[in-house]
Amino acid sequence: MSAFSSARRAALAFAAVVVLAAPAHAKDIALLNVSYDPTRELYADFNKAFAAQWKAKTGDTVIVKQSHGGSGKQARSVIDGLEADVVTLALAYDIDEIGERAKLIAPGWQKRLPHNSAPYTSTYVFLVRKGNPKAIKDWGDLVKPGVSVITANPKTSGGARWGYLAAYGWALRQPGGNDAIARDYIARLFANVPVLDSGARGSTVTFAERGVGDVLMAWENEAHLSLKEFGADKLEIIYPSSSILAEPPVAVVDKVVDKRGTRAVAQAYLDYLYSPDGQEIAARNFYRPIDDKVAARYAKAFPKITLFTIDEVFGGWTQAQRTHFADGGVFDQIYTRK
Amino acid sequence: MAFAHPLLTRHSVLPGFHLALGFTLLYLGLIVLIPLSAAFLKTATMSAPAFWDAVASPRVLASYRLTFGASLAAALINVLFGLVVAWVLVRYQFPARRMVDALVDLPFALPTAVAGIALTALYAKNGWIGAWLPFKVSYAPLGVFVALTFIGLPFVVRTVQPVLADLRGELEEAAATLGANRWQTFTRVILPVLTPALLTGFALAFARALGEYGSVIFIAGNMPMVSEITPLLIITKLEQYDYAGATAIAVVMLVVAFGLLLAINALQAWTRKRQGR
Repeated sequence: MSAFSSARRAALAFAAVVVLAAPAHAKDIALLNVSYDPTRELYADFNKAFAAQWKAKTGDTVIVKQSHGGSGKQARSVIDGLEADVVTLALAYDIDEIGERAKLIAPGWQKRLPHNSAPYTSTYVFLVRKGNPKAIKDWGDLVKPGVSVITANPKTSGGARWGYLAAYGWALRQPGGNDAIARDYIARLFANVPVLDSGARGSTVTFAERGVGDVLMAWENEAHLSLKEFGADKLEIIYPSSSILAEPPVAVVDKVVDKRGTRAVAQAYLDYLYSPDGQEIAARNFYRPIDDKVAARYAKAFPKITLFTIDEVFGGWTQAQRTHFADGGVFDQIYTRK
Repeated sequence: MAFAHPLLTRHSVLPGFHLALGFTLLYLGLIVLIPLSAAFLKTATMSAPAFWDAVASPRVLASYRLTFGASLAAALINVLFGLVVAWVLVRYQFPARRMVDALVDLPFALPTAVAGIALTALYAKNGWIGAWLPFKVSYAPLGVFVALTFIGLPFVVRTVQPVLADLRGELEEAAATLGANRWQTFTRVILPVLTPALLTGFALAFARALGEYGSVIFIAGNMPMVSEITPLLIITKLEQYDYAGATAIAVVMLVVAFGLLLAINALQAWTRKRQGR
């Protein structure tokens, strides 16, 4: 008996030593951030800054690995077993699916971080050829005859869904606008689309490199990146009168971080997105910061246009998804009705 | 053995027949049958009307037409030109013949996405070839055909080549001495020998084209009802978390493809029999 208890005491003491000793010598931590397509540059930047900050604070070395792809595909990988510590996707809907289908994320995740868990926002704008030869100023110009519009397929690209909803919302919010008018508008818009790539990056390449189309519906940050990549002497960004406020959300994947013991660092990673440093990095990568001070500094880079939210106009993602993008929805009807 | 079947007890020179057969069945089961039956099981969770909706909506029907049509056309073209390429490689000696021979295998080795992007760039309106063509190839159904032709070529060349190499020149000389003209020699002497190999090459190229995704999505333009291939619709369904709908389409493709391959095999057996071999 006494031998047993002394053995137990020794074990406890050993455990205590291990627990106490652990923070004393630095650990190597690996995090996996599963994200969507256009955030490559943002997170490449951000991961470096976070690793430096975490090292200074705790002495631990953290390496954040990145995975990029279409938002829906990425969510499916996580559902099917890709061990992501955090997900930073294009749509709250995709994170919802991870929560509902694989039960990896607790319900109510969107309320755990400020601003609906969206540390930065973005919107959809137009990219046109230099000099804007087709004089494209607003959404109404996209349906003019002879204007060729490039966008990705809203069925496969999360980004393209934002673009579609921006266009639809614009038509809906015009004086006298209603669903019938908006549906007619969106049908005419897609009649002007000659190519539907499966992802947002693909359509950027089609437009900028293959020279197809007069106007590209693009993420604001993709539009700026394209300008950097392909030259401001070839392309031009046009801001429409109104567009949609895209709020790409982030979340800790509960089951994975609990299993791997990385909750603290994963949480800190997301919190750091909200810090002035994180906001600065987002703004530098052409994402609209939510921090007022940082936003003020970058006011010139982000022209003020009317931004409506998906909740205001479409009653939330689930609703919009069901009405517009599900099989047999409004988008499918555009192509099967003729 | 009590349950021994005459077929199974025929002894060959080499031992281990039962072991080899057992291993083959196990291997095929693990690698082919189990993954495929998963598709059928997933589909079985659907009700009949839901299944019908998934596999027979106008968009899906349009994609079958494109996928099967373009695959068939590409495989036929490959039979024709693959035969020519194989003929040239076997029958003629010319400089850099080995280089050309190796070139044929490139579509095997190249990642399909790379092939797709390269073909798209070439055939786009501002591409090297596309700029000279009066009609659209990239971002049109024709582009699908071009991509499928590209990936299918080596299948025909590599199946026909060895048969052609075995075909001795004496056979043609004999035909000539017996008074056959060149056309008769080709159609009556050479072609019948090549037909089984050509059919195999055709079947392989066709089957590969049916499932091709990587190279096609870049060049197709992916317009609903016009240039969407069936594998893209499967991906589209997955993108909406509609796993059952996606596997339903996959099952239809699988069954049709299997039926077609079976028919081609039967045709092959028939031509062999007719040649008395």
